[in-house]
Order: sequence, then structure tokens, then C-alpha cells
Amino acid sequence: MTEQARIRATGPRAQDRPLLQVRGLAKTYGARIGCADVSFDLWPGEVMGIVGESGSGKSTLLNCLAGHLAPDRGEVIFDTRADGPRDTVTMPEPERRMLSRTDWAFVHQNPRDGLRMGVSAGGNVGERLMAVGARHYGDIRATALDWLDRVEIDGGRIDDRPSAFSGGMQQRLQIARNLVTGPRLVFMDEPTGGLDVSVQARLLDLLRGLVRRMGLSAIVVTHDLAVVRLLADRLMVMKSGHVVEQGLTDQVLDDPQHGYTQLLVSSVLQA
Amino acid sequence: MTQSGQYNFAYLDEDTKRMIRRALLKAVAVPGYQVPFASREMPMPYGWGTGGVQVTAACLCPEDVLKVIDQGADDTTNAVSIRRFFQRTAGVAVTERTGEATVIQTRHRIPETPLSEGQILVYQVPIPEPLRFLEPRETETRRMHALEDYGLMHVRLYEDIARHGAIATSYAYPVKVEGRYVMDPSPIPKFDNPKLSDCPALQLFGAGREQRIYALPPHTAVVSLDFEDHPFEPSKADHLCALCGAEDSYLDEVITDDAGGRMFVCSDTDYCAERRAAGHRGDMAAPFEEAGA
Ligand SMILES: Nc1ncnc2c1ncn2[C@@H]1O[C@H](COP(=O)(O)OP(=O)(O)OP(=O)(O)O)[C@@H](O)[C@H]1O
Ligand SMILES: [Mg+2]
Repeated sequence: MTEQARIRATGPRAQDRPLLQVRGLAKTYGARIGCADVSFDLWPGEVMGIVGESGSGKSTLLNCLAGHLAPDRGEVIFDTRADGPRDTVTMPEPERRMLSRTDWAFVHQNPRDGLRMGVSAGGNVGERLMAVGARHYGDIRATALDWLDRVEIDGGRIDDRPSAFSGGMQQRLQIARNLVTGPRLVFMDEPTGGLDVSVQARLLDLLRGLVRRMGLSAIVVTHDLAVVRLLADRLMVMKSGHVVEQGLTDQVLDDPQHGYTQLLVSSVLQA
Repeated sequence: MTQSGQYNFAYLDEDTKRMIRRALLKAVAVPGYQVPFASREMPMPYGWGTGGVQVTAACLCPEDVLKVIDQGADDTTNAVSIRRFFQRTAGVAVTERTGEATVIQTRHRIPETPLSEGQILVYQVPIPEPLRFLEPRETETRRMHALEDYGLMHVRLYEDIARHGAIATSYAYPVKVEGRYVMDPSPIPKFDNPKLSDCPALQLFGAGREQRIYALPPHTAVVSLDFEDHPFEPSKADHLCALCGAEDSYLDEVITDDAGGRMFVCSDTDYCAERRAAGHRGDMAAPFEEAGA
């Protein structure tokens, strides 16, 4: 049985426990705090937004969660399909890598970081399939075409390289490339950053549709409160590496408790 | 070790040989894994087989019989100079006969005559890393090998089919060794790939500039990567050898005049000569022999 088939064959996941449990996560860069004492649960199908000013530790936290950075302290417990809750910080690297190409996805702010620019759109979408054992060219191509369609890229562009795509198309291609293996948890670092406003809106709309339809859980880092308003069920506000407030998105945005959140919300309203 | 003229036997000093042999032993123990080694300056430029020469030097014994081929031929400049080099520095016997050789150094071909137990085939390798084409970072390719993260290899073949309708890679065609490491078999034509597998001889690969050694111990399982609906095909020119009539050997296209005349002949010159000596004749055997000899 291929890896894919095995993954498909495993039964429905437990809905009665968090998909991700983060406990006391901390990362410092020498004397500088990256993030400190971060704890939260993420439930299946839930989208969490992380907001905060530049340098507040959002990317550091996201990279620690996704296994790109090794935290100094803390646990990141993921509900794996095979063995249930496992601490991904202490898990052997091969297993963590397998997670990151099957159950996890990571959408970078800059599509160049998340795409292979020298490989066609179809090859970009197919890579994760091939990485988990897909060996039928026709099937891989059909799946790639389906995914290009889902992210509103014309199938006729399947053999074009991403360098021939607009920024918005590149970002949509990156999303297709990440979602093709049916991940359960998607990490996104400023997925709409660097795009102009009309393109952002379309991308957000698309993302929201995909997240809802696939029942994805996601953690979305952003500067943009409009993004969290649209995508996130829950919100975490960070300042100087610490979480200063978290709760339901509407609650936090409409009735911010912490002074810093109040400032953040009001500054947006004034802008 | 014995001395030959003013040279240490087989040129390299004994410490260097020991270092290379250690790398070779490790390479044999982990088939297909690229073992780093401290490649030495050799009295020939990179690209002329410095990796292969060092491996051969580390393997040679005084009683060995050496054959050197380049693109299948014993008489090209590269093959001749490497053969002379070992005649001078090791004083070993040399041969053009595949069956008589105990050590064969090669660039770009595996001999047609099946190899046998006890023989060593040494490949000259320009770029040992099969993932280099798509991933330029060495740190990353090493990690990919360590974690068997080989999706990229198939991306490369996918791109081939998407662009050309078929897997267009025709040489240095990537293989998987014993179900574990993906390996670049050096720029041999894919026609030769099946000979890599279950070969009774020991196969050693030396990359001088890139400082890597890897190996296939005898009877190692080697599989060429492919797709279910685009299976690997060890193709060759669809002709018979014009000199010996062979239909099963890899052919070179040779331009015979300036009026567009051409012929296909065995790239393995020894194989072709042995067949002719045994009485086999191709379409153009007689006139060519008269004109050429
Ligand atoms: N590689 C690094 N080496 C040293 N310090 C770092 C490194 N990366 C981040 N930092 C520091 O850690 C803190 C958090 O940075 P981080 O990149 O996580 O912030 P951020 O919230 O993602 O900011 P932005 O919104 O600008 O992307 C900052 O003080 C930053 O200077
Ligand atoms: Mg950031």
C-alpha cells in the first residue's frame, strides 16, 4: 500500500480532543526573546489568527510550531493519525518531516520561499504526492489539474513555470501545492502580504472557501486585522514575544481587554 | 608495497591509499551512499577522471590486469593516457579484453561483455549528486538522502514527461539502490542501467572534484526510477552494428564522409573486435575495414 493509501485508509480522527496542544513554548535568540511562555489549544477545524506588531514573535512562534525552528522549551503536541497525540519537538526528524509533507502544510509570505521556481506548476503541485509515493504520471497530472482549477489557475498553465505567474497566482499555486495531500493543519505566515488589495481580497475569499470545505485547521500569522476578521475563529495577540490576549476573534476585536490590543484595534479603525 | 621506478606503487602514497580504501569499505558497506573523501591533486586536470584514477590506484595490486575505456573505446586520448599512467606508476599488465581484465576503469559506459566475479569496475564521476539538478544546497541534499526524502527525483522525471511526452533523460539516469539510496550512475547511457543490477563484479564510483566515493557491491539490486504509466526503457539506436552486426550492443553514430554518410557501430570497441574475430560481419564491415586498416 502506498503512503497515501495508508493515510486515506486510517479512520476518522478524534474530534473530542485538540488537534494541537502547545505548552510553555519558548525560543530565544541569544539574549533576545523570540517568543516566551506560549500555550494554547487548537481544535479540529479551527482557524487561529496570530496578530502583533513587527518583531513581536509571530514568525518565531509559527516556525517553532511547524518544526522549522527548535524551541528552547515547551511542547507542541499534535494529534497524529497513527499514534494519537505526540510531542513534535522531541519526535525524530524523519517523522517530523513526514508530518510536514503529509498532515501539515506551510504557506510562506513570499511564494518564492514555498515554490520551486525552476519547476512547472504541475510539478510544484505534484511534488508532495510523489514524496508520499504517487507513481502514476497520469494520476498525478489529473490531480494537479484539479487543484489548479480549485485555486482558479487555468489548466492551460500547468506546464508553465511559476516565474511566468503574477504574484497572486504564485500565492495560489503555493496554496495548491500545500493542500494537495489533504493536510489537517496549515501554517500560514502573512499569506496575503505583498499583494495588492484587490488580489488580497480574492485570495482571502479563496482561502476561506478551501478552509471551510476541507475542514482544515489553520494558524494564520498576519499584520492585517481584516484577514483575521475574515478567516480566524480565534485570535491571539502577541507583544514582545508574549501572548497578551487570546479569545474568540469577534470578542477580542470588538471588546479588547488588554491595553495593547485596544491600541492595535483603534489604530486600525483610525487608519 | 613494491616500488616501480621512482614512483610509489600506483602513484599514491600508502597513507592516501589507506584513506581511500577506508572510504571504499564504507561505500561498499552502505551501497549507493556517497562517502566524502579527501581527494588528492593528481597529475591530470579535473574532468579527466581524477576520482576514478584515485580509486583505481587504491585498488590495484601488482598482479592486476588493467583495462581503461572512455565512451567504450580503449584507444581514445583519455583512456590511453590513464592506461599509460598506471603502466608507468604501477607496472601492471594492461589489456583491451574485458574478459581478461581484473580492474576496468571507465568513463560513460559499462562493457557489453558480462562482467564476472572478482572483477572491479571503476567509474569516473563528474557530478555524484543525483538531486543537484533541482536542489543546489549540499546541506539540503544530504538531509534528503538521510531521510529518504526523494519526491524531488520523481519531480525531475515528471518535468521530463510534461515537456517531452516521455522521460527524456537518456544518460546519468537515476537509480535506487537496494530500495534505499538514490544514486547517479555517472553519465552512462540508460541502455547500460540494467547492467548495474545484480552484477557479479564490484562497482566503484569516484568523483575527484566533488570528493565523493560510492559503490555497488556484487549482486546489489539497482532499480531505475520511473512511473507506472511511463516505465523505464533502456533504449538505444534502432540499428545493427555496421561492423559486427550486433543487435544487442550500444551504438555510436559515426559520420563517414562530408556528404551526410553515417553508420552505427558498437561503442564498445573490444566487444565489436571480438565479434568480428569470431566471424560476425555487419553491413559495412568489408569496405570500412579496407579503408580504415
Ligand atoms: N534569526 C534571528 N536571530 C536573532 N534574532 C531574531 C531572529 N529572528 C527573529 N529575531 C528576533 O526575534 C524577535 C521576534 O521576531 P519575529 O520574526 O518572530 O517577529 P514577527 O512578529 O514575525 O515580525 P514581522 O511582523 O516583522 O514578521 C524580534 O526581536 C527579532 O528581531
Ligand atoms: Mg514575521
